[in-house]
Amino acid sequence: MTTYDITIIGAGVVGTAIARALSRRDLSVALVDSADDVGEGTSKANTAILHTGFDAKPGTLESRLVSRGYALLSDYAAQTGIPLERTGAVLVAWTEEELGNLPGLRDRAIENGYDRCELLTAEEVYTAVPSLGPGALGGLAVPDESIICPWTPSIAYATEAVENGAALLLGREVCGIEVGPEETVVRTTAGDVHTRWLINAAGLGADVLDRELGYDRFTVTPRRGELLVFDKLASSMLDKIVLPVPSKLGKGVLVSPTVYGNIMLGPTAQDLDDKTATQTSESGFEFLLSKGERLMPQLFDEEVTTAYAGLRAAVDHGDYLIDADAAQRYVLVGGIRSTGLTSSMAIAEHVEDLLRDAGVALEPRAQVAEPPRMPMIGERFTRPYQREDLIAADPEYGRIVCFCERVTAGEIRDALTSTVPAVDRGGVSRRTRATNGRCQAFYCGAAVDSCIAAAREESR
Amino acid sequence: MTTTISADVAIIGGGPAGLTAAADLASRTRARVVVLEREQEAGGIPRHSDHLGYGIRDKRRFTTGPRYARRLVDEALAAGADLRTETMVTSWDGTDMLVTSPEGRARVEATAIVLATGARERPRPARMIPGSRPAGVLTTGELQNTVHLHHRTVGSRAVVVGGELVSWSAVMTLKEAGCRTEALVTSHAAPESYAVFNLGGRVMFRPRLVTGHRVVQVLGRRRVEGVEVEDIATGRREVLPCDTVVFTGDWIPDHELARSAGIALDRGTRGPLVDPLGRTGREGVFAAGNLVHPVDTADVAALGGQHVARSVARFLDGEPMPHVAPLRVVGDAPFAWVTPGLFHPRLPAPARSRLETWVTEFVRVPRVTVRQDGRVLTRRALPWPASPGRVFRVPWNVLDGADPNGGPIHLSL
Ligand SMILES: Cc1cc2nc3c(=O)[nH]c(=O)nc-3n(C[C@H](O)[C@H](O)[C@H](O)COP(=O)(O)OP(=O)(O)OC[C@H]3O[C@@H](n4cnc5c(N)ncnc54)[C@H](O)[C@@H]3O)c2cc1C
Ligand SMILES: Cc1cc2nc3c(=O)[nH]c(=O)nc-3n(C[C@H](O)[C@H](O)[C@H](O)COP(=O)(O)OP(=O)(O)OC[C@H]3O[C@@H](n4cnc5c(N)ncnc54)[C@H](O)[C@@H]3O)c2cc1C
Repeated sequence: MTTYDITIIGAGVVGTAIARALSRRDLSVALVDSADDVGEGTSKANTAILHTGFDAKPGTLESRLVSRGYALLSDYAAQTGIPLERTGAVLVAWTEEELGNLPGLRDRAIENGYDRCELLTAEEVYTAVPSLGPGALGGLAVPDESIICPWTPSIAYATEAVENGAALLLGREVCGIEVGPEETVVRTTAGDVHTRWLINAAGLGADVLDRELGYDRFTVTPRRGELLVFDKLASSMLDKIVLPVPSKLGKGVLVSPTVYGNIMLGPTAQDLDDKTATQTSESGFEFLLSKGERLMPQLFDEEVTTAYAGLRAAVDHGDYLIDADAAQRYVLVGGIRSTGLTSSMAIAEHVEDLLRDAGVALEPRAQVAEPPRMPMIGERFTRPYQREDLIAADPEYGRIVCFCERVTAGEIRDALTSTVPAVDRGGVSRRTRATNGRCQAFYCGAAVDSCIAAAREESR
Repeated sequence: MTTTISADVAIIGGGPAGLTAAADLASRTRARVVVLEREQEAGGIPRHSDHLGYGIRDKRRFTTGPRYARRLVDEALAAGADLRTETMVTSWDGTDMLVTSPEGRARVEATAIVLATGARERPRPARMIPGSRPAGVLTTGELQNTVHLHHRTVGSRAVVVGGELVSWSAVMTLKEAGCRTEALVTSHAAPESYAVFNLGGRVMFRPRLVTGHRVVQVLGRRRVEGVEVEDIATGRREVLPCDTVVFTGDWIPDHELARSAGIALDRGTRGPLVDPLGRTGREGVFAAGNLVHPVDTADVAALGGQHVARSVARFLDGEPMPHVAPLRVVGDAPFAWVTPGLFHPRLPAPARSRLETWVTEFVRVPRVTVRQDGRVLTRRALPWPASPGRVFRVPWNVLDGADPNGGPIHLSL
């Protein structure tokens, strides 16, 4: 029987980032998730912005970790090939009241350590974003807001963790936790996991698990955000993120380019009870339609390529809830609502600090794996189908299977045989973009399914 | 190093339109013709449409899709066309055309280009139908690829959305795959739109016809559990249980290359705007098939390809074509589109001397009215109904008498 030094529950972007960091230490690490792949929860359905944190609440842990996470993930993206583009954002004021709030937002940005915001006149706003609908009164430029691939980070972190020896225990839902004097037993639907330290990074499920350790300190309310993704043929309309002025209800509806070359509109914000309610809704679509027609009227001349919804883990607490309990050898990483993609690596760093303070030895592992090189799925970077050298070395990179997204047989094979392999169509699409395009599998769905079935046969 | 594929004519898309154009050009002229097809095999949609109904008008046969596709491929090869499969045109800005194939990257250089990239069905997100995203949501294209080319199964109880000819093709494929069609849902009120298939189709399959309804939601977590539909007239809703839902029809041309090259589109068809010769707004670029009429039967696409081949031959010969500023031909409601969208009395008639059109309402005894600048040019009763879900053909000569110096020509019913 193995007893891990550290077990992390939740293989979202936060849990995988923590696993990656700790796997580089001289510790044995396990990462547990009920899903069959990493990044299957909220981490797969967000707006994919790498935030500077200019609009955070100053002085909060979130403000600090978003700003630090921005820097860390920018570097990591460059090392690993996670698609990232520094498009910049323009925050647009549509009412006098919003216009009046802009100088305050710039000052708040400075308090958050970000001093590159600039006030824009209405004219400057339209110069920056010519396709914007009429009625903008002014704006604030945030030149460093960036767009990022939301899926590759979790996969890269998990890959690095596994290459450093971490155990990736997928398909196991945690249904009980028993803290003993020396070790904790994590009961899962596929057997027990023994561990000295436990880290709860279970996203929407973090409150339930926290109660297993005797706490009653927060409740996660799923706050649904629905999004529409428009055809890549719309991409010439927009090269920057267009943000609304944030309100008490959250960051509001934005339009943004995506790293896959689409234009995205969303998210909505609706509090629900059901933590699995990731379906889109009629009212959500109507709302996005009305917002979108005002923001960018021509957008609806283009086809909608896809629509999805994600659930923010909203908590009744104004900040991230990250806390170590040395007595129970337990760390809670909760309430990572709407900025967790950006802050993931900084959260991991912070968790390391808490562990160190609690007396856990964090010696570097004697030999650590290099950060992995991830498959390039960003539209504005060179993709395999464009690479003469790759195709010459392996013609499978010249065999296009998904025509809309230009995904080759070689990439699909790689996705199914990589360190953290895809196990289903969703997994293949997050690693390669196959089936994500405008035809939504009309041409390639059957071929992709056959590749997955063949890979399953082979691994039997 | 990027190699070059050079030819007199590059045909993009090896479906019925492209292959027929290639066979015609390669056999009747000395032009070097290359067909660029991204699939492993040429043939286009008929390859996986494994049922009877192909080849009637062009081959005077009544055959299955795959047999028809093979015949078109054989004829193009026999005529001497260079058929390159697994070769996808990945970008074209109007001058630089690049392809990817297992052999690498290549640049295409050709005097004339024929776009024959076909059309696809709008998938569920493009129809903005909310709900969950379970497995079992398909288009007819994916369904037929799955069943006929990959020999895989689908579910056991299906709802088919759409009231077009293709919807019946989906029902037939489902049947072959051992999946029962529980219901056919269409927003159209009259089941007449199924007229042709009412005889054979209804008797053979007997699915429930849910007319005058729209789909409001897809249900189910991992697998489809049902679709919720709404009676458009009353607003009443009900759930149709199923484990598979097929979104059929509702076509959109594969116009990506045309658009990236800056070729003007027809707002109705969303394909390139063409004149009766199949010429697009860009010199030396032609278009044919479902790209310009989304969507007609394969034989009509093929005959359109042949017609365009003749125009290409004249272009390659340097034969002077009348230099005219054609008039726009516009369909008013209930026409969704009419093509060709350009007319001039000095230009010859299009393929089969027909205007191809699409209507959004069933009209049993259609009378076509043609107006120019408010003046009625023609009123003509046609002996066939206008039915949503399939092309409504109008004789080209209804446009006779239009003033070449006047405004756009409007068609109405
Ligand atoms: C609409 C929307 C837009 C957003 N936009 C942005 C943005 O632009 N930029 C940004 O930085 N952030 C954004 N976010 C926030 C970001 O997506 C989240 O903060 C982040 O994904 C949280 O990651 P996580 O790992 O904490 O949670 P998750 O990804 O949800 O991971 C938690 C994991 O725990 C597992 N789990 C839960 N309970 C159990 C159990 N009992 N047993 C086993 N496993 C369990 C789940 O299966 C899941 O995989 C957005 C969020 C939403 C919803
Ligand atoms: C389910 C279904 C059932 C049908 N049943 C019948 C029937 O019974 N009888 C009948 O007559 N018709 C039927 N049809 C209609 C018929 O299949 C079409 O009208 C016909 O295929 C249109 O021919 P096309 O050449 O215009 O386009 P397609 O057949 O769609 O061919 C276009 C080709 O272009 C290729 N292509 C596209 N872009 C590129 C690129 N960038 N690079 C390289 N290649 C590219 C595609 O891979 C494809 O092979 C049916 C259609 C469907 C979907």
